[in-house]
Amino acid sequence: MANYSTSEFKGGLKLMLDGDPCSIIENEIVKPGKGQAFNRVKFRNLKTGRVIERTFKSGESLEGADVVELDMQFLYNDGEFFHFMDPESFDQYQADETAVADAKLWLKDQAMCILTLWNDAPISVTPPNFVELEITETDPGLKGDTSGGGGKPATLETGAVVRVPLFVQIGEVVKVDTRTGEYVSRAKA
Amino acid sequence: MTISWQPACSIEIIQLRAKLLHVIRQYFYAENVLEVETPILCHAIGTDPHLDFFATSQLSGKQQALYLQTSPEFAMKRLLAAQTGSIYQIIRAFRNGESGRLHNPEFSMLEWYRVGYDLAQLMDDVELLLDRLLPADRFAEPAERISYQQVFQQYTGLDALQFDRGIYSHSAKRLGFSEAINICTDDHATWLDFLFSHCVQQHLGETGVCMVYDYPACLPSLARLNTGKPLTVARVEVFIDGIELANGYHELADVKQQESRFDQEIALREKNGAIAVSKDLHFLAALQSGLPDCSGIAMGIDRLLMVISQKNHIDEVLAFPIENA
Repeated sequence: MANYSTSEFKGGLKLMLDGDPCSIIENEIVKPGKGQAFNRVKFRNLKTGRVIERTFKSGESLEGADVVELDMQFLYNDGEFFHFMDPESFDQYQADETAVADAKLWLKDQAMCILTLWNDAPISVTPPNFVELEITETDPGLKGDTSGGGGKPATLETGAVVRVPLFVQIGEVVKVDTRTGEYVSRAKA
Repeated sequence: MTISWQPACSIEIIQLRAKLLHVIRQYFYAENVLEVETPILCHAIGTDPHLDFFATSQLSGKQQALYLQTSPEFAMKRLLAAQTGSIYQIIRAFRNGESGRLHNPEFSMLEWYRVGYDLAQLMDDVELLLDRLLPADRFAEPAERISYQQVFQQYTGLDALQFDRGIYSHSAKRLGFSEAINICTDDHATWLDFLFSHCVQQHLGETGVCMVYDYPACLPSLARLNTGKPLTVARVEVFIDGIELANGYHELADVKQQESRFDQEIALREKNGAIAVSKDLHFLAALQSGLPDCSGIAMGIDRLLMVISQKNHIDEVLAFPIENA
C-alpha cells in the first residue's frame, strides 16, 4: 500500500497504526506560530472499535491500510464461523466470532450487512441500522395495557434481548435500532 | 455540478471585520503611530525553520523567483532603521501548507512597532488595544501576565529552561503523550513546542486575555536575550480561549546575533529537508546601520474575529477560504 503524509490525512482515510488497520475520525493541525507543526489525529481501530488519539510531526507518513467495506448477505453460522456472500460476485467470506462481535445479535439468515475487509479478510461486521426480528420469549403482558410505559425484556430470534412494551407478545415481529439496541415499533405486517 | 460562488461567512462578519479595522486605525491614529505599507512580494524571505512559503515561478529566464511574505517584519524594520518612528501595518501574510481550524494559507495580520518600548510596555499597549476591540464580557479583568517558565511548570511539572531528556520523557508518558519521546528526541525546542501546544495552550485565556512572556532562549525567533534573566528572551505571546492571537518581541537589534540566528535557522532547514533560503541582505544592512530600540508584535486579525464572533473555524470568518478562493 502507498504511504500517506500528514498533509493528506483526512476523515475516513484508512491507515496502519501499531500493526492494526485504523480509520481517521479527525485530524487537527497544532502549530505554535513560529514552531514545529504537529497533527493531532483521532483514529478508530477497525478491529477493536477503540478510539485512539496520536500526535505526529507534520510531514511524517503512515502506511495505507487495504480496507474495503462491502455490502454482503449473511448466509449462516456453522458454530465456529459466520459465512457471508457478496451478492454481486458470489464470493464467500468467513468471519470469526471476534470480527462479528456484537453484530451477531442482529444477524438473521439472508440479512444484508456491511462487511469490513482488511487484506481481503473480514475484520468487522456492521448490521443495518434497523432490523426486524421475531420475539421468541417474553412474559405475557397485561391485557389491554397499551401505555408502553415500563416495558419488559424480550428475547429475539437471534438471541438479542431488548426492552419492549408490555403489550408486545411472543411471535410478533419488532423493529429494533441496532446502534442503540432499542425497540422502535412493531413491524408493519 | 453547481459552482458555489457565495462567501463562506455571513455579511455580518464582513461588516464586523470592517469595523474592527476601523477601530484599529483609530487607535493607532490617536497614538500617533504611522500607518505604512510594505511589499508582499519580495526578493528574500524569512528563514524560520518551520514556515513554508509561496514563491513565484520565473516568467523569463532572467527573472528571479519572488517570495510572498510570511510576515512584513524585515521590511518594517528597514523603515524603522530609516527613522520613521513607531509604525503599524494591516497586511496579508502567506504561509504555505497551513490549513486547518485556525489556519488559512493567506491571512490578515496587524503588525506594529513601538520605538522606545520594552516588552512590558508593549504588553500594556496590547492590553489597551484589545480593550477597544473585544466585547466587554470577554475582557472584564486585566490581562493575565505569566512567564513561560511558570505556566509551563504549572501544567507539565517541568522546568522549561532546564532540559533533561529523561525527565521530559517521563513526564510526557505521565501526561499521556508517549509519542512525544520519538518525535522530540533530544531537541529541547521541539519538546517545548510539543508540550506547550498539547498540555498548556488550551488553558490560556479561558476567562480573558493571557500573555505569556520571557520565552526560553531556544525559541528566540527575533527577540533579544533578556539581561538579568539568563536562558530567556524578551518574547511574548497573547492567548484568548486557548487560541494564539499574537507574537511579539523586544526586537533584536544586534546584527551579528541576527546573522548567526539566520545561519542556525538555515542549517536547521537544511537538516529538516526544508527548501533552502538565503539571508535577507537588505534587512541585515538596515540592522547594520542601526535599528532603534523598539518592541513589535504581530496579531492575527482573522483569529481575533473568530474570538469576537465566537466562531470555531477560521473559514467562518473568511469571505473566501482557500478551498473556495
